Amino acid sequence: MSASLILRVSAPMLLWLPLAASLYVLLRGHNEPGGGFIGGLLAGVGLIFHAIAFGAAPTRKLLRLAPTSYCAIGVLLAAASGIPALFGAGPYLTHLWWFPDVGIVLPLGTTILFDAGVYITVVGTVATLFLSLMEEETL
Amino acid sequence: MFSPVWFILIGTAATLAATRIPRAVVAPFGAASALALFAMALGYVGTIGDGGAITAPFWSVPSLGIAGGLRVDGLSLVFLLLIAGIGALIFIYAHAYLAGDPRLRRLVVVLILFMTAMVGAVTADDIVVLFVFWELTSLASFFLVGYDHENPAARRAALQALLVTGAGGLALLGGLIPIALAAETTSLSGILAAREAVLAHPAAIPAMLLVIAGCFAKSAQVPLHFWLPNAMAAPTPVSAYLHSATMVKLGVYLLARFNPLYQDEALWQSILAGFGIATAATGMAMAFRETDLKRVLAQTTVAALGTLVMLIGIAPDLSIAAAVTFLIVHAFYKAALFMVAGIVDHETGLRDASALRGLARAMPLTALAATLAAFSMSGLPPFVGFVAKELIYEAKLDLGPGSVALLGLGFFVNAATVAIAAIMSYRLFFGAPTPTPNKPHDPPAAMLVGPIILAVLGLIAGLLPALLGGAFVEPAAAAILGRPIAVPLKLWHGFNTVLLLSAATIVVGVALYLAWGRLVPRFKALRVVDRFAPAAAYERGLAALIALAETCTRNIQHGSLRGYLRTMFLVLAVATLATLILRGGAAWPAANDLTDPRLLLFAAMLIGAAATAMARTAIAAVLALGLVGFSIALIFLTFGAPDVAFTQFSVETLMVAILAAALLRLPLRRTDTRTAREKLGDAGVALIAGIAVALVLASVLATPFDPRLSLWFGENSAAAANGRNVVNVILVDFRALDTLGEITVLAIAAFAVAALLRKGAAK
Repeated sequence: MSASLILRVSAPMLLWLPLAASLYVLLRGHNEPGGGFIGGLLAGVGLIFHAIAFGAAPTRKLLRLAPTSYCAIGVLLAAASGIPALFGAGPYLTHLWWFPDVGIVLPLGTTILFDAGVYITVVGTVATLFLSLMEEETL
Repeated sequence: MFSPVWFILIGTAATLAATRIPRAVVAPFGAASALALFAMALGYVGTIGDGGAITAPFWSVPSLGIAGGLRVDGLSLVFLLLIAGIGALIFIYAHAYLAGDPRLRRLVVVLILFMTAMVGAVTADDIVVLFVFWELTSLASFFLVGYDHENPAARRAALQALLVTGAGGLALLGGLIPIALAAETTSLSGILAAREAVLAHPAAIPAMLLVIAGCFAKSAQVPLHFWLPNAMAAPTPVSAYLHSATMVKLGVYLLARFNPLYQDEALWQSILAGFGIATAATGMAMAFRETDLKRVLAQTTVAALGTLVMLIGIAPDLSIAAAVTFLIVHAFYKAALFMVAGIVDHETGLRDASALRGLARAMPLTALAATLAAFSMSGLPPFVGFVAKELIYEAKLDLGPGSVALLGLGFFVNAATVAIAAIMSYRLFFGAPTPTPNKPHDPPAAMLVGPIILAVLGLIAGLLPALLGGAFVEPAAAAILGRPIAVPLKLWHGFNTVLLLSAATIVVGVALYLAWGRLVPRFKALRVVDRFAPAAAYERGLAALIALAETCTRNIQHGSLRGYLRTMFLVLAVATLATLILRGGAAWPAANDLTDPRLLLFAAMLIGAAATAMARTAIAAVLALGLVGFSIALIFLTFGAPDVAFTQFSVETLMVAILAAALLRLPLRRTDTRTAREKLGDAGVALIAGIAVALVLASVLATPFDPRLSLWFGENSAAAANGRNVVNVILVDFRALDTLGEITVLAIAAFAVAALLRKGAAK
């Protein structure tokens, strides 16, 4: 796939900006609009721009792991985030929270692990769909 | 004394270990594990002989109402000893029989698994546990019968056995559920204790009939008997184990187990006695249509199973004692004779009874085992077969004048048994030798151990009937009757009617033997049997089922994407409209403010939808659809759902990008190829689906909004889950398990895409 000069020059920005934004959206999701699902979609948009500009192979290289591996890692991470609760706190997927005081009180919960799992799964799914379609020669 | 749980643990561990240990010792390993189980079972003999039972908790799931548990009583013990004892001999036999066969390990692994499943089934004190092991035996049997999987006949036989016993399993489950509901427990001993409640349940009779049907399928009773002779496609060690001594007796076992519940029901008695004697007679008659050694034996096994079922049905103490004795006797001689048939096949290359004679000179030890087993089979003194046969005659005579039919048919069955026993010993091994493909000789010792031990056991048990009776028959019979009984087994009953009957049986049996050579061709010529037998009905039913499946697949899985979509939308529309009409028609919400500027967004959506429907090229349709999507996102945004709008925006962007990627591979300007008529049809489907969805939405809006849930989430999201974004908190916390399910579906969809478009995934 040959892309225009404008696209090729602006593609890095179109990749890293959505990626950065997606992480921000993921992190703030618990209190403001956002979350793992939206964040994952945003990151997917960035990857798609990259693939359109440079082709599927460089995008795969950028991802390092197979896109489907991201799906598996995401589901496993989300599933694992519920396990600590089994050691006393309550039923599976009861989220645990810590409020360590490091100058300001930092709220940390296992929810972020769960949401990160959602994020990674969505990124993996979007990448799988798009890259597989791009590489298909006859449809 | 070991807990019965150890039987299942050791069996499971042995199954797993057998997949790893060196191939050369895999069969001896199987024998060792079977011997371990046998030794453990022997440890129970004392306790159970005194009328006790050994119980252990096992696999109870209180939240599902599964009581779980194992229980070994007299009946279980007899089965345990037969399963483990004969199992050990079978493994030794298989070691030599299949020496050099590369698939030996698979056979041994599945055989150990089967043995474990059998042990589990006969020790289970819970119908769920029992059922799981019961089905596991059917599954293992499928793999064992289909061992020679490159032979189409073996595959067909395996499938037939699986379908018949599997259908029986379903019937059994259908019967067990109402029984458990009536008894309010899944525990077998609990069900037997709640006898009145079970029998008073409105579904008591259908439940009983279903249980009987399941047991009949497993134990090859008429009209479901045909799978057993066909299962002889299995290698001989499997036939000797599954199809003589163990699996086929599981149905008999369960009937015996449920006998305390139903023994006074006239229906139970008449069905068991009627079908049992019919099966016995059919099996024996069919045995005279066969010359293949294994199929002859299989038909006599059908007959023996019929006799066992009949004996349970006719109920008085004597017949139950006869049933247990005959069960043991039959396992001894039938497993021995199957192994002999395997030896003859293995060493001569032939297993046609009409073509083999005079093998005794070449294989004297085999001839000895066959002759001893055949004596027991014919019921000659002092073999234990005689004790069993006398008991059976005595039990029938006890029934009085009503038993003439049972007695008459039983007499014929016994005489035919004598004739077949003579075929398996005298005809095969004596007389003038006939030429065979291989030069016959006695097999390796490993193959002789089994038949000789079993045949000699038949003699020893006959000489010491009191030991057999006290230690095994009486405790087992007590379990079948639900109360202790005393039936002293004796070899010699004095000169009486029974002895007269026995003598007459021998005479008629010898006559049948002499006529055998002429009878078999005549019986074989009876084509009418082939045409109207249940086996033919099975074949027709299977063919019809496959034809039906093909028709359905052709019409439903036609491969046309447009057709699938049409079906989906039509089903959606019809189901929605039908529900609406049945629930009292659609409602209409109160009129809204029509001056709200946000209405413009709806107008944009309508324009996008119309443009999609009218687009000439696919790319135009995609873009027009994008307009619809973005309008919806804006509507979400203006109505205060930023998260949903956000998601919708991202999804729309991705959708357009992904569709564009797909469309780049298609001719960009390809126009619609549908005919005007097809377009009209599609428009009709779209219109109906649209109307259905609109009516539902209108009805939903007309229903007063119930704010309880949103209020609850609003109040608790920050307090209980430390988050102010209610949507996200619901997704990751309150309903986290749902979300986990959804992302799993997402991942599976991605895997499916990667697999379908494999070229990309491989890079």
